[in-house]
Amino acid sequence: MNMIELSHVSKWFGEKEVLRDISITIEKGEIFTFIGPSGTGKSTLLRLINLLDTPTSGSVLFDGKDTAVSEREKVEIRRRMSMVFQKPVALKGNVYQNVAAGLKFRGMSPEEISNRVPEGLELVGLEGYGERNAGTLSGGELQRVAIARAIVTRPEVILLDEPSANLDPVSTEKIENLIGAINSRFRTTIILSTHDMVQGQRLATQIAVVLNRTIGQIGSSHDIFYRPHNREVAHMVGVENILEGTVISNEGGYATIDVSGVPVVAICPYYAGQRVTAYLRPEDLMFFTPDGWKTSARNQLEGVITKVVPMGPMVRVKVKAGITYTAIITRRSFDDLGLENGGPAHISFKASGIHVVPEEV
Amino acid sequence: MNEVVDGIIQAIDLIVTLNPEVIEITSRSLLISLSATFIASLICIPVGGLIHFKEFGGKKVLITLIQTLYAMPTVIAGLLVYLLISRSGPFGFLGFMFTAEGMIIAQTVLIIPLMIGMTLIALSGVARNLQDTIVSLGASTTQTVFMILKEARFAILGGVILGFGRAISEVGAAMIIGGNIRGFTRVLTTAIALETSMGNLSLSIALGIILLSIALVVTVFVYIIQER
Repeated sequence: MNMIELSHVSKWFGEKEVLRDISITIEKGEIFTFIGPSGTGKSTLLRLINLLDTPTSGSVLFDGKDTAVSEREKVEIRRRMSMVFQKPVALKGNVYQNVAAGLKFRGMSPEEISNRVPEGLELVGLEGYGERNAGTLSGGELQRVAIARAIVTRPEVILLDEPSANLDPVSTEKIENLIGAINSRFRTTIILSTHDMVQGQRLATQIAVVLNRTIGQIGSSHDIFYRPHNREVAHMVGVENILEGTVISNEGGYATIDVSGVPVVAICPYYAGQRVTAYLRPEDLMFFTPDGWKTSARNQLEGVITKVVPMGPMVRVKVKAGITYTAIITRRSFDDLGLENGGPAHISFKASGIHVVPEEV
Repeated sequence: MNEVVDGIIQAIDLIVTLNPEVIEITSRSLLISLSATFIASLICIPVGGLIHFKEFGGKKVLITLIQTLYAMPTVIAGLLVYLLISRSGPFGFLGFMFTAEGMIIAQTVLIIPLMIGMTLIALSGVARNLQDTIVSLGASTTQTVFMILKEARFAILGGVILGFGRAISEVGAAMIIGGNIRGFTRVLTTAIALETSMGNLSLSIALGIILLSIALVVTVFVYIIQER
């Protein structure tokens, strides 16, 4: 059952094209994520779905019905949705009045409102904040008030634009859990936008990568993260090793690819002579010591460490072995293996860890 | 110099003893200008809202015209209303010439541009994303306009008070339309003009102090409201 459908939607702001020919279908009860860098039109997509903007061409369907209707009917459709903006704003008054606003617009009785508002505040961890002046809240508190005010109306669709942009990690986790709970309990369709790959993966049942004003790829998080269709999507989802080469041979699905003189084995259906691009996530590269533990991985390369970048508990390591590979390993393994910048390294990766596509033309 | 000192002493005496004529003139001034401000508010806030929320050709021209009329000379407003309500004018049959009602109309006409302008400034001070938030929360068009007016209410009230300040301090329109008839259309400003020309300084100074006090109260009020 389609909740939201965008059909060949384009959007221009004056002379500037913001979205180009976007067609997507979002099913009822789905958690759908738009991932993409800032300024690629993710917010505009959410605004189009919330009927705050109208597409320049194409159509937006809500629950199977075209939304190109009178303003009065648009209000009716909008009341079945809620949106949390990237930079939420407080209405004048206290927190209670802010959370009650949507309910008041819907003509709900004061008794019902007085039941729902505290319930909403509790869900976002702001119980007892009702009397606080909304103008004095911190960014994170205001974000949670905005979420409370979006969910108390019990919408069929919740739109969240960069929901954790203003939140600390603990609040982010709480909000993500809340989003997940609302989705599974009420089968609420959740549509969110984020530039945070990990968040996208944690929550989404479907991900659309928004690149250059259009959808680069759409699919499950596994598809997007491990099987990017093209180089831009791969970059976007953190596939740091993009290998280009020619298939030399293919035996039983195991193809050997010549990558700058180094043979790399990958599972793919392409035959000798085919130019291909192969994508390898940095987390799928492993280090081993040549004398000790034996690896079962098909690809074992020897190289030199050219760069080490600490990232909290992880380390990003660049290894030159023909081309330069990027690996991410834990700080602990890095130390245990006695690796160091400028020193030798033995890296391995599985033939199944590589996603191979024919070279882009 | 002595005249002035004497005048001030007598003026204070007139005020503290609640001189009937001083009280009468002050009350009439307040009544006329408050009525004009009230009527102008009823017109200006909705019209300002309409101009703000509707897109139409010539909107910028209209706003510029309104801004130009902020500085409309009071005698021009008086003349305009005179042409309308004098015996031979289109509304002469109402008999508003030389009445308090006529003065209310003149002052209303005088402050309408200023108050529409102030309403527009107040509304454009409400951020675009706040309007989006209100609409997104499911507000109908009417509810949205109402909410935006509510958000801008202190700024709008500031404009209303400014309008009142201009109404109570003007003399040109009050003179032309009211005629400064003692006991009927004499207000603070016209009284000061007349008494001064007749050399009756103490009464002039007393009325002047009152007028300035009203202006002070208005200013303080605007300040308090805009601080909120």
